[in-house]
Amino acid sequence: MLEDKDRIFQNLYNDFGADLASAKQRGDWKDTKEICGKGREWIINEIKTSELRGRGGAGFPTGLKWSFAPKELGSRPHYLVINADESEPGTCKDRDILRFEPHKLIEGCLIASYAVNAHKCYIYIRGEYFKEGQKLQTAIDEAYKDGLLGKNSAGTDWELDIYIHYGAGAYICGEETALLESIEGKKGQPRLKPPFPALIGLYGCPTIINNVETISVVPTILRRGGKWFSSLGRPKNTGSKIYCISGNVNNPCNVEEEMGIPLKELIEKHAGGVIGGWDNLKAVIPGGSSMPLLPKETCETIKMDFDACVENKTGLGTAGIVVINKDQDIIKCMARIARFYKHESCGQCTPCREGSGWMWRMLERMAKGEATRDEVDMLLDVTKQIEGHTICAFGEGSSWPVQGLIRNFKDEIIERNKFDPIVKKQKDVPYLVDQHLLEKENA
Amino acid sequence: MAVKKISKVQPEKFEFSKKNKETADSIIKNYPSGKQQSAVMALLYLAQKQNDNWIPLSAMKYIAKYLDMPYIKVYEVATFYSMYNLTPVGKYFFQVCTTTPCMLRGAYNLVDVCKRKISEEENCLSEDGKTSWLEVECLGACVNAPMLQLNEDYYEDLDPTKLEQIIDKISNNEVPQPGSYRGRLSSEPENTRKTLIGNKNA
Repeated sequence: MLEDKDRIFQNLYNDFGADLASAKQRGDWKDTKEICGKGREWIINEIKTSELRGRGGAGFPTGLKWSFAPKELGSRPHYLVINADESEPGTCKDRDILRFEPHKLIEGCLIASYAVNAHKCYIYIRGEYFKEGQKLQTAIDEAYKDGLLGKNSAGTDWELDIYIHYGAGAYICGEETALLESIEGKKGQPRLKPPFPALIGLYGCPTIINNVETISVVPTILRRGGKWFSSLGRPKNTGSKIYCISGNVNNPCNVEEEMGIPLKELIEKHAGGVIGGWDNLKAVIPGGSSMPLLPKETCETIKMDFDACVENKTGLGTAGIVVINKDQDIIKCMARIARFYKHESCGQCTPCREGSGWMWRMLERMAKGEATRDEVDMLLDVTKQIEGHTICAFGEGSSWPVQGLIRNFKDEIIERNKFDPIVKKQKDVPYLVDQHLLEKENA
Repeated sequence: MAVKKISKVQPEKFEFSKKNKETADSIIKNYPSGKQQSAVMALLYLAQKQNDNWIPLSAMKYIAKYLDMPYIKVYEVATFYSMYNLTPVGKYFFQVCTTTPCMLRGAYNLVDVCKRKISEEENCLSEDGKTSWLEVECLGACVNAPMLQLNEDYYEDLDPTKLEQIIDKISNNEVPQPGSYRGRLSSEPENTRKTLIGNKNA
């Protein structure tokens, strides 16, 4: 277990208060000038040494991302954008950072802006977090007043302005290019990549987009050294991470722990165990709703980091752990997640727009036991046709949980949906092709 | 994608109040010159606040002129994002989160209470015309589930009885205290905290 002194977010539970004075007491804004004084190269190299991976879900190495920004300021300004559009079901870590550790974020913004040559930083907060946004705004105002932001931010000679941009309840705006569209005042529909935002991003200018948690840990890493951070966890999966444990546990909570902590320890020790005991566990979604669920057998042994999750055919994602016990109907739970994706699809790519609705309707019928036996395979086929056929990763995010359900609980679905179809179709005809065309001879 | 209906009853005219005009102008300054379109989301919020929590078409036209952008672009944004109400909602607008983490902890019991105490259907005004409710997707407070959003505040760790009390308070014109209804201050584990012990009671 991580020792308390190694926890980055000392005020995760708001023991001290979020104001500037108490933040400074906890060590924020200490030596910011000296850190920036060591230069861009040093900052980026130190982040590379720390092997920090993005905390927003995809786990892209942060140092590498920063090094993609053009080294010199050209004719176009650079932007830093912070993604605080936390909407992944099961995840509520960024909310606590915005509420209780805003100065870690603001200081991180300054250092990151300096490292990527940005004079303007936009923080995109989901519209529902209005109160959290207000708290952050208070912290930003405090920082301006104290000379930590503005013309000569914290004595670094670097000019930085931070603005908050509120979203309005669209999950898809958590996708980085959709987020940029949204800041530009358009519908949040993802852009094609390439060009990547690091070269052509906000207003067509080089833009670096990072998650709130990623940026908030940067000042501490630079203060204590990249080596310290990489000594936690294991190579390529270093550092600490805020885990959110929700669902059927006795004490749902957020907790900062070392990367690679066993899932069982998180649930049993920090969250007070599964309701009804460990044997009552049915499945766990390890990384927010878009990651495939894990059956109980895997939960016994799995360690929570990026690579271990991938080895077990799932992903760490945002580390939003949703525990489902045997009192729940697992098919219904997944049908509800499918409904979420149907509601949140932006409608740009056909496979996702139509497919997310198909998956939801089929799962609802399966939960009621109204589907036929071979519809289970049909559902799997639908997920395969969405995955990889969309502009953004929403296609994967919506189809993986359904694939996970079928992979682990196929027997249970078939048990409930035993019908044979009333009209038996020819079995060798692929069913998702337009049937009416197949019936014509020359189609 | 969610279907959004436009209200049939529309006011003729809309104009920002003097104070909102000032706020709008300062928001526009947050963005580079010539990129005033970026402010459309914030301005729609202002319009929504000024107009009893919903946005009429005249406000969209007004904002389009205000930001020098085509009306259809404002309409697109207003219909795309789910937090813009295009039909009148109650002065007290309950948004109950029912996505899986909340559902696992009994969010649909809260929905039942809303159906019983506010209105049978979503997005319909209650009898006294003050409240309405809506099922929404994840509000990002999964650790404090089940929860709901009442206007701008989160009400967390609820159960049906507590929600009934909240609704009763509102019909008596009192504003109930936001936050956790089991006495939690944040998203810490109740009673069994294992981390940051030294900071406790600091």
